[in-house]
Order: sequence, then structure tokens, then C-alpha cells
Amino acid sequence: MHSFGYRANALVTFAVTILAIMCTMASFSDNFNSPSPTARVQVLSINRFQKQIHGNDEVTMTLNISMDLQSLFTWNTKQVFVFVAAEYETPKNSLNQISLWDGIIPSKENAKFSIHTSNKYRFIDQGSNLRGKEFNLTLHWHVMPKTGKMSADKIVMTGYRLPVDYR
Amino acid sequence: MGWIGDTVGSIKSIQIRQLLTQAVSLGLIVTSALIIWKGLMCITGSESPVVVVLSGSMEPGFKRGDILFLHMSKDPIRTGEIVVFNVDGREIPIVHRVIKVHERQDSGEVDVLTKGDNNYGDDRLLYAQGQQWLQRHHIMGRAVGFLPYVGWVTIIMTEKPIIKYILIGALGLLVITSND
Repeated sequence: MHSFGYRANALVTFAVTILAIMCTMASFSDNFNSPSPTARVQVLSINRFQKQIHGNDEVTMTLNISMDLQSLFTWNTKQVFVFVAAEYETPKNSLNQISLWDGIIPSKENAKFSIHTSNKYRFIDQGSNLRGKEFNLTLHWHVMPKTGKMSADKIVMTGYRLPVDYR
Repeated sequence: MGWIGDTVGSIKSIQIRQLLTQAVSLGLIVTSALIIWKGLMCITGSESPVVVVLSGSMEPGFKRGDILFLHMSKDPIRTGEIVVFNVDGREIPIVHRVIKVHERQDSGEVDVLTKGDNNYGDDRLLYAQGQQWLQRHHIMGRAVGFLPYVGWVTIIMTEKPIIKYILIGALGLLVITSND
């Protein structure tokens, strides 16, 4: 009855149960955090704005991104993934979403900063619709927990209108 | 040597009724595992509700050996979501983040581009020859939650099959020789 195998089984089962309960509680405790992040994204300049050989418009720009996401961090937060996306509509596509910049924030100490950058991923339209096009800028973040449920949210910024002519 | 003798003795002493009971209990274990897996498939709507991360391309978010829970809903795919997708000609599904989305006005079809957080460039190099975008049918689900380290069990078992056989053998012996 109380053989070695029996005791080992009971011990392992108990340990795994406790670990699972602790993980669930840690994930559940994230619900009590009500974050109030702030951010600002500005298009400083349009550097290049051209039509590619294939006929798609491409634009490069310089952005100024500043944010304070410290309130997103709890004891169960491994990292926060943050990115700025441009969103616009064209006659062909009901939604175009293009990530312009992204970053990984590993800790609360690094969650308040301001950077000056050109777009990290190429801003290319499917077609030639970007002249004079107004797009929305949105800051999204995804919170990755140490264990449990992932969560995401966003702040919509003021948009920007691209110039009417190529340059 | 004592326990080997005992084991042989207990195998010899098995009667037909006991054998049946053990076969039934073994069957119960196997079928309940199957029920849980198929039930998860129904609830999440994904053909594989749980996947193990095999590469470090999403570090530091997901490490090798982490387990991801997938969910496949009708909701449209948006940038920033972590999706699991299959590329034609590749057996192993990939877990990466969506960075670009183009959704058609008329048909609602989507073109999606993905990238691993820890990779320098986007995933066009991983896609099939000449493929520029992922479509809806490539995507198996999006990651909604995760558990660290648990997936190491499967990684070890697939890479060192001998451990799997030893484990299965030991469990089978336990089931046969247990008298409860």
C-alpha cells in the first residue's frame, strides 16, 4: 500500500496541483491592476514618398514616439510588446494595418521613454493610393505574463495626412 | 533480485477477471485523454488547441519548451496578434506576430505578413517560394495564453525516443502489476 511508487505519485500529484493553483492565482491577480498608460506619437517629417516599379506607393518617415507604460507592469508581467501601427482605408481594401515601429519593454524601469526613429518596417500600400491619404496612428501593446492569460489594448492617436505629391 | 521475482510472480498470478478489469481501466485512461483533447478542439475551434514552442524566434516572450493555448475564432486578424500558421511544404507550424494586414473591401479576404520578435527581418524568407502574404487558410489559431517549461516533456520525448519507450514500458508494467 505505502510503497515507494505510491508515495512518489502522491508527492508529485500534490506538487503539480499546488503549482497549478499558484499559476492560476498569479494570472487572476492581473485583473486587479487597472493601468493608465499615456503616449504620444508624432510624424516629424516625410523623407521619401515614391511609387515603386511594381506600382505600389512607398513612404518613409521620421517619427517621435514617447510613452509611459509603467502602470502596465505587475508582478506577473514578463514583458510588454509595444508597436505603432498606421491604419487607413482604400477603395480596394477595407482595412490596411501596417506596423511602423515596435519594441519589447522588459521591465518597469524601461517603460518610460521617448525615441526618435524612422519607420522600422516598410510602409508600402497595395496599389497607389497614398497621395493625400489620411491615416490613423495607433499605439498598441500586448502584455505577456510570466504565466497565464495574455492581454492587449491600444491608444488611438491623432492621424496624419500624407502630402498630395510624391517627393 | 527480490522485486523481479515478485513482478514475475504477480504477472503469473493474474486471473482472467483481473486482466479484464485492467484492460478496461487502461481503456478508460486512454479514452478520457482522447475526450479531453477532442473537447478542447471543439471549444477552441482550432485543430491543435495546444502547441509547443520549438524555436527561439519569439524570445524573450516565448522560449523553447513553452506551451501555447490557441483559439480560432471568427474575429478578423489584426496586427500585433500572435498567430500559429502553416506554410505549404513545411510540416512544423510557426508561431509569429502579425505586422501587416490588408483586408479586401469586397470579399473580406486578408493578406497577412508576420515576423518573429527576435528575428531581424520579416517572414517572407520562411514562406513558400514566391509567396508574399499569408491568407486566412494558412492560419491555425492565435495564441491566447501560455505556460512556461511544460513543453520540454514533449521536446525531450521527440528528440530522445528511447526515453519515451522506457517511460511507456515502465507505466505499462505498473498498470499490469498493480493489484488495486
